[in-house]
Formats: sequence, C-alpha cells, structure tokens
Amino acid sequence: MLHMMQRLQQQAIRPTRRSFLKMSAVAAGGLVIGSHLPFSPARAAAGAGDDMFTPFVRISTDGIVTVLNKHLDMGQGNATGLATLVAEELDAAHGQMRAEFAPADVERYKNLAFGMQGTGGSTAIANSFEQYRKAGATARAMLVAAAAEAWGVPVAEITVSGGRISHASGKSAGFGEFAEAAAKLEVPAEVTLKSPDRWVYIGKSFPRLDVPNKTVGAPRTYGMDVQRDNMLVAVLTRPLAFGAKVKSFEASAAKAVKGVVDVIEVPGHGVAVLATSTWPAIKARDLLEIEWDETGAETRSSDALYAEYREMAEADGPVFRDDGDVAAALEGAATVVEETFQFPYLAHGMMEPMVLTIHVEGDRATLWYPSQFQTVDQGTAAAVLGIPQENVTIETLYGGGSFGRRTSPDARHIVELATIARLWGKSQPIKLVYTREDDTRAGYYRPMGVHKVRAGLDADGNLVGWHHRIVQQSLMTGTLFEQYMVHDGIDETSVEGVKDASYAIPAFKGELHSPKVGVPVLWWRSVGHTQTGYVVEAMIDKAARAASADPLAFRRRHLEKPSGDAARDKDNVRKLGVLNKVAEMAGWSGPVNGDRFRGIAVHKSFNTYVAEVAEVSRRDDGTFKVENVWCAVDCGIAVNPDNVKAQMEGGIGYGLAAVLFSEITLTDGHVDQLNFDTYRPLRIDEMPRVEVEVLASAEAPSGAGEPGTPPVGPAVANAILAATGEVPATLPLTNHGLA
Amino acid sequence: MVRLNINGEDREIDVDPDTPLLWVLRDELQMTGTKFGCGIAACGACTVHLDGTPVRSCQTMASDAEGMSIVTIEGVDGKAAKAVQAAWRDLDVPQCGYCQSGQILAATALLAETPKPSDEDIDMAMSGNVCRCATYTRIRAAIHRAAETMEG
Repeated sequence: MLHMMQRLQQQAIRPTRRSFLKMSAVAAGGLVIGSHLPFSPARAAAGAGDDMFTPFVRISTDGIVTVLNKHLDMGQGNATGLATLVAEELDAAHGQMRAEFAPADVERYKNLAFGMQGTGGSTAIANSFEQYRKAGATARAMLVAAAAEAWGVPVAEITVSGGRISHASGKSAGFGEFAEAAAKLEVPAEVTLKSPDRWVYIGKSFPRLDVPNKTVGAPRTYGMDVQRDNMLVAVLTRPLAFGAKVKSFEASAAKAVKGVVDVIEVPGHGVAVLATSTWPAIKARDLLEIEWDETGAETRSSDALYAEYREMAEADGPVFRDDGDVAAALEGAATVVEETFQFPYLAHGMMEPMVLTIHVEGDRATLWYPSQFQTVDQGTAAAVLGIPQENVTIETLYGGGSFGRRTSPDARHIVELATIARLWGKSQPIKLVYTREDDTRAGYYRPMGVHKVRAGLDADGNLVGWHHRIVQQSLMTGTLFEQYMVHDGIDETSVEGVKDASYAIPAFKGELHSPKVGVPVLWWRSVGHTQTGYVVEAMIDKAARAASADPLAFRRRHLEKPSGDAARDKDNVRKLGVLNKVAEMAGWSGPVNGDRFRGIAVHKSFNTYVAEVAEVSRRDDGTFKVENVWCAVDCGIAVNPDNVKAQMEGGIGYGLAAVLFSEITLTDGHVDQLNFDTYRPLRIDEMPRVEVEVLASAEAPSGAGEPGTPPVGPAVANAILAATGEVPATLPLTNHGLA
Repeated sequence: MVRLNINGEDREIDVDPDTPLLWVLRDELQMTGTKFGCGIAACGACTVHLDGTPVRSCQTMASDAEGMSIVTIEGVDGKAAKAVQAAWRDLDVPQCGYCQSGQILAATALLAETPKPSDEDIDMAMSGNVCRCATYTRIRAAIHRAAETMEG
C-alpha cells in the first residue's frame, strides 16, 4: 500500500494547512470551510503520566509493560512486532507485554518513512526497528538505575532477564516495583542496543498479543464495535455513478421507520439516514427514493475504458525508463514475443466494512475507528469542522483488515462523517457504517490497467530488448503526495516493478499513459506490484518458452549476468537467493510434474524479495485448481518469523482471490458488484497448501505485509502457460474458463 | 418485543420482530463479538449457534430464534469450543481477526458433530466462512489440532 519509500525517507512530507483545505474543499463538494484555522502539529498528551518512559513505553506498578503502537494494526501484526522490539531490549517476559494504539500526535508518532503519522508501504517494522528498540533499552536503563539506587549497588552489577531485575546479593524485583521511581529519573541520552547474537525474541518466537482477544469476541476491539451513549448511526447513500449529484429525494417512507431520527442531504456526498441503531438506518435507507443528476459524472463502461486503454497502449507515451536502443534491439532480435495484458479494478473487500464514529463537542472532536493515516485524518476533520487540528482527538482501534482501504489522500470517509456531524449540528456521537454494498461500490479501487510488452531474444535465447507500455490511472496526481511521487508525468506507483525490473536486458524502454477517469483509485495491497509483477514475470516465462528454456534456468541466467546497474545487481543476488530456495523447497524439475503444472515467479517489493512456485491441476471442465504454493522470502531481519510466514500465507490467498475471481466492472458508470456473492472472495476449499521459508538475513528489516502478494499471480499464470501454451493475459481467470 | 435465550440467559428485548438477530446482539445487547460482514449470509462473520447448529444471524429474524438456545462467541463453551480456541491461540490463527468469531463457532459445531474431521469435512463445514486475510491454512491446521486435543 502507501508507498513512499526511499525518496520520502530522505524528504519527509510536511502537509500544510492549505493542502488539507484544498483536498477537503474538493472532497466536501463545495462546503464552505473556514480559512482562519491555524495548522500546527497536535500536541495532545500521549498519556504522559508518571509511568511513561518514552512516548512508546508505559510500565505500571503491577509490572505490565504497555507498548504504544504508532501504527494501525489491521491484521499484519505490527502491534506484536513493535512490542517484540521493546521486550527484547527491556528483557521483559512475553506475558507482561501489552499493546495499545498511540494517540494522533504527529510530532511523537510520525512514521519515520513519511514524516506523518500513518501506516503503509509495509514500513511499520522498518521505520520502527531502531526507535522501539531504543525505547525498550531506555526504559531498561531507567529501571536498572532505580534498582541500583534502592539497593545501593552499582548499576553494572544488576542483571535483567525475563522481566526480573536481579543482583548477585540475592535481591530481585519485578518491573512494577521500580516503575514509579524509575520514571522520575532523567531519560538517558544514549543507550546501547544488544548485538544480534544476544537476541532472545527478535528472529525467534513472540506469539501475537492480539490473538487471545480475537478468539473470544472481546468488546471494543474494532471500529464497528464502538458504542457511545446517545449515539446515532448514519448510513449514507452514495451516487451510483462517481461524481453524480442528488437532484431530489423522497424520504417520507424512510422517516416512518421506527428508530429513524432524520434523513439529510449531504452535499457532494449523497443522502444520509440517521437512526438510533444500525438496523433501522439500513432498513430506512432502502426506502429512500433518490433522483441523481449524472451531468459531469463518470458514465463510461468497463468495456469502453478497456478499448480506450488498449488503443493508448499502441501509442508512444511519457518515458520512465530508457536503456539502450530498444527499437534497434527488437529489430535485430531473432525472436520477438508480444502480449497485451488487462487488469480490472479491484475492491479491497476487507471483512470489516469502512466504519468510523465522531463526537463533536464545541470546538473539539473525538473520533474512534481504525485510523490508518492519523495526520491526514486529523487535519481533514479539523478543516471540515472549522476547528484547530490539535482539537481533534483520534482513538485508534484494530482494523478488521484494510489492505490499503482505510486511508485515502482525500480522507473521503472522514469528510463524509465530519460533514454529517457538522450538518446535524447537535453534540451527539455519530457512527457512520458502510454496509458491504456501500463498501464494494464506494470506489477507491486498485486501478484497472493495460500493459503491452514486446520482448526480443537473440539466437542464443538471451533477452536483448524489452519495450513495456503501461496504461493506468494515477494514484497520486491531484493529491497531497503528487509533488513527491509524480515526476514529469510519471507516477512512481504505476511503474514500480517495471522501472526497477532487474533482469540483464541491454535495451529496455518503459512508457506510461495515465488516463483520467472519474473512478476514485487507491493503493491496494502492494500498490503497483500486482500488475507490474504479473506482467514482467509472465513475459519472462513467455520468453523462456520461445527460447525453449526452463523458466527457472532462464531466470537464473538473466539474474546472474551483470545488468549494467549496481542497484539491480544487488537486487539480483537476493532474488537468486529466494529463487534457489523456493526451487529447492518445491523440488523444481520443470514446469510439468506428472499430471500437474508448475509456474515460478520472483519479485521485489517494499525492499523484500519473494519467490513462489504454484502447482495447479486441471479439472475435467478445463478449469485449474491451485493445489500447492511454495514461498521463499528475504525481508532482511525477520523480527517475528512466524508472523512473516503468516503474512506470506495470507498475501498469497489474497492475491490468488484477485487473480482467480475478483473484478469490479462498470456499466454506464455504475458498479456492477455489490456484495460477496458477485465480488467473489477465496474460500477455504480454494486455498492451496502453502509452505513458507524465511531466509536468514542480517540486512535491515523490510516489508512483510504486502510482498507476498505480487508473485502468486504470475506463478499461477506460468503454471497455466505450461499447461495450455497460452499466457493468461486478461484477469480474472474465471472469466476465461480457467478458474 | 422478542424473548430470547442467549448464552443460557433469558432476555426480553424491545425491537421489531423482523430485526435480524445480529443487530439485536450487537446494538441492543452490546454483544459485539458477533460481526457484521455482508448482511446477506455470504461471509459467515455473524455465525452463532441456534440449538447447536451454526446459522447466519444477519439472516435470522429475532422472532424466529424465540424458544431456541442461542450461543454466541461470548458464551460458547464445552470441550470442542475450548479445544478450538486453544488451537487458535497456539497457532496464532487470527490476523485482522474480524471473521474469527464466526470461524470459531463454525469449527466448534463441526467438531461437536465430527470429532475427527477430514480435510473434505473441513471444506464442507467451513467454506461459508470467508477470511479475507486468508488465514485458511492455519484454520485448517488448528481444526486438526483441536481434534487431536479432544481425543487426548
């Protein structure tokens, strides 16, 4: 998802008041927003009490260590990951560790990769690795200093292990006994971190802290669980075509439903039903009669868009990569292979639909929900409500999935609810619930796309040229992030995975067309990589086949040769590492294995390298069943290897659903899919057996939440290529009798 | 007004009889462990037991559950439930966890009926419960583990 990466690690984003107002004014559809608002980083108290050791660690007198997670945990496990880092340096016991979400406070809790408080781009562990270990080491040093003073012994004679502070004299204590005294001490300026050989949790085992609550249905866990006194539930009817406006509506039947409090037009957004609980709101919403004005709305159908995209793919476009002379290379090639790929819009379809609750009291507002980008959300809510940003408090809850959906640059969900609250005007909590249909139809999809590739081989079967055209809506243009992510008409998120494709190919040209479509698009688990990874890796197999080479041997050959670029050569060493490992795990002997077919793929995303082998069988009706997936991952130091495995397993299943079944299509601009009956998810009987190995590494930790997803599509595609001789180039496979 | 027996307790709730059981649990009784996922019985997040059988509470009218024993994630108990919840924790099954109340109730009902399920039994019993985090590998492993602990 949100993919700011190295560029932003050097150049932190500093949002301005103006940028929020600009975004929100657009998103609020003409709502007048006060222009007098001061923008300043929030200085909300981080629960700074006697027991706060740093903004990240709280130790109470009963010995419980609470780690304040500056990120949103939407399933990827960063709450436990960050607690692991603290526990490691604190020498705490697993059982005394707890995780809690930090408040919205950009100064203390910014993502060091973005300069804003937010979660994405598989950065949670990478940007916190030193910060949270230091927090643990700092708290430990303070506890030890307090114990040394109380016991009258030198600091150096004290040891800490498994949550106990001890001295050779036999004195021993838990953390709780010194928590208060230690918190009053001066925070040491410097602390020494453990050397990796002394780690007891990092790279070993640290079971997830959130799992026990998630097996008993614990209250107040998710955004959907929020209940406040006197709370209203809002359900919003959005237009069927993106950009349409309410012409008129008839609400008398809806208002007659018991429990309904009011029905209000929300300019620029639709019509909202407010009720005392959820069911009356849903029931009443179905009784609304709304006439929409589709003037200026997006009313094209998917087929028309695909036709336009395919035409664009035939024309020159802005260049994002230009190595060597591609025209000459393809002209002189012994063989040229060519393919045009087509990808649909995809909804994120997380299990918990979008949901959030607000309570506006005078010039203050509190929000409760899974906030994925606190800084943007806080600024946006403040702008819509006309209150100072520091008066907006966010209490983050666990997210029932996200895959990128719970943050958008325009914070549309925040604008919707803040606007409803402003129009309602009474100081009363309001919870905005998206039904599944709302969630599926609301847009913010992975963009649809068309890729056209021509690849040339010499007489020895070596790649000599690669011409790659991408047609895809820009995620970043027109947003706060444009200045960082879009250069000379190239949105980096559209081309990632092709721009840095690292096979040794002497001539390589990449071009990007970014058509304007009125469908809101968004980062979707691994952003550009589900498309670019699919295309590059499927084309590699098509080229290998033309060269009569084994797909694994063909990849090795083009990864072992110097690529002419030092960064790519470095990537290739690690790509070969995972490729060789996965081949060994699967016992790779070629793409045909008895009556089964196999495909292999390797891809780098978010600085993590993943190779996968998919094995498929053919059913009597000609469709394919994915039986097995083997996966090797190199994510640098794996803080929590079992969680990395879980993310690979889940990332494979998530990617597989998209490749096999999922698509959002439009008819005259109206979304055709509404619920899980038409937007088909993967079910347990369709999940392959998955085997994952995490490579040992001393490199800095990199992402785990997203990188498991990109390789599964091309691995399956390549297995089908082995069976049919044709690359499946139009997704999802179920539309073509393949799944 | 509906009269329901939930987790062994008799409750009287002032709602329209056509209110889905899901919303009675969540909004009227603040028992939010039962989740809203799709509202059309396509995902299983709202699974509860009615007289021991797993049903989708989003498509069960409250009045239809009168006179039956309703068990939710907050009250599920017994040998199979304990084994399932323990296996879920041992294998760190949940990721986002939102679907897991429903998964656990479906798995518990399966094991109560079929103490030693095959992979096919698991497919049959669990394919109505969607997990978008795709924790299916671990759900399957945890059901097998729970079956072993129940045996032992």
